[in-house]
Amino acid sequence: MVGILENLTEAVAGIPDSATVMIGGFGPAGQPVELIDALVGSGATDLTVVNNNAGNGDMGLAGLIRAGRVCKMVCSFPRQPDSWHFDKKYRDGEIELELVPQGNLAERIRAAAAGIGAFYTPTGYGTPLAEGKEVREINGRHYVLEYPLRADYALVKAHRADELGNLVYRKTARNFGPIMAAAATTTIVQVEDVVLAGALDPEIIVTPCIYVDRLVRVPVPAQAPEPAGAGQ
Amino acid sequence: MNTRAAGTTLRGLSKDDLAARVARDIPRGAFVNLGIGLPTRISNHLTPDSEVMLHTENGMLGMGPEAHGAATDLDLINAGKIPVTELPGASYFHHADSFAMMRGGHLDVCVLGAYQVSARGDLANWHTGRPGDIPAVGGAMDLALGAKETFVMMNLLSREGVPKLVPECTYPLTGVGCVSRVYTDLTVFLIGDEGVAVRDLFGCTFDELAGLLEVPLLDWTGDPG
Repeated sequence: MVGILENLTEAVAGIPDSATVMIGGFGPAGQPVELIDALVGSGATDLTVVNNNAGNGDMGLAGLIRAGRVCKMVCSFPRQPDSWHFDKKYRDGEIELELVPQGNLAERIRAAAAGIGAFYTPTGYGTPLAEGKEVREINGRHYVLEYPLRADYALVKAHRADELGNLVYRKTARNFGPIMAAAATTTIVQVEDVVLAGALDPEIIVTPCIYVDRLVRVPVPAQAPEPAGAGQ
Repeated sequence: MNTRAAGTTLRGLSKDDLAARVARDIPRGAFVNLGIGLPTRISNHLTPDSEVMLHTENGMLGMGPEAHGAATDLDLINAGKIPVTELPGASYFHHADSFAMMRGGHLDVCVLGAYQVSARGDLANWHTGRPGDIPAVGGAMDLALGAKETFVMMNLLSREGVPKLVPECTYPLTGVGCVSRVYTDLTVFLIGDEGVAVRDLFGCTFDELAGLLEVPLLDWTGDPG
């Protein structure tokens, strides 16, 4: 049963030190900036964070990294023109990096959500990112064994929810939201508004409410900064 | 406009002429992913009647041109995180679906930039391997081997005049044996079981080209196919 919380502090309450936290978003699109700011305010530290990137500019995830709360990033594309907080912490040896090809990152999250024990993927075969991993040839093609990626918490930004926690997203801000929501023990979602059950067409619901634990309204979310330049 | 290839007197295609050349080879109605950087320019040369549908790995098919002014919506960006637009018939999907679409071989063509391509079609385009450089792979490894055909678009020579088509990649690999064509300012290479064949030459002769490279080349420039 979803809890609709009055404020962001309550929404992130109870996230302990050393938790693994998935944070939705692809660069600025879909990044739950207000939930991340509340996480900074909560004081939780030594966090392992799963996100596609490692922060843009000074807001949101970049702010969490700047505050020194992240001991490890699991991501596909940390280096961007405006990832200066991550870059400094990484070069100073203050943050660990697990670099994962983007499709393997998504599939590892999906596998955790779907109860899959592990899977063989062609992505990364023969590259430094597959070193030390089990390889198998199946029907003449080489595959690398990859394991699921779970989290204690997921922080997700969706466009709208109903009061049961069913979610819809906006455009490419959907990105990692649906799979992260399903792969975490506790999923916390910020939305622009919450409507009555039945007000969302069941045919268009992207994340069914079974995956959502806490909802908080952020009617006018801050847009994360426009990127300073291209990056994948 | 012709551009001089670094360290030579050869004048090959400009970046935009090269983009137009790649665009001409993309089959009508294909589903295509254009990598960030140079390959993005190909979209400027795809006309609506080509019916090519662009995929962006952050969860969209039917991507339109870059957005400007009031059309800018920060929830609608491409893989380079640049605001874009949607075309009629566009669709959105989450990241696992987007990469399943790619890895599952549903895209017809992917065009990527490269640091190096080997004579066997190995690709290196994600990491210089230099100490102190922060590695970032993004979707490159998935893109390299997911599409039915992976094309590379690059200058044949680096800024220092060093060939980027090589017998063996010295940079860390992105994918093994995944590249089928290489479009460069001086030539179009086809990579297959027979080896590396030269299909087109721009501003140089076959012998001039062969003199630049350590890779054995087949001359298919007269081949109508």
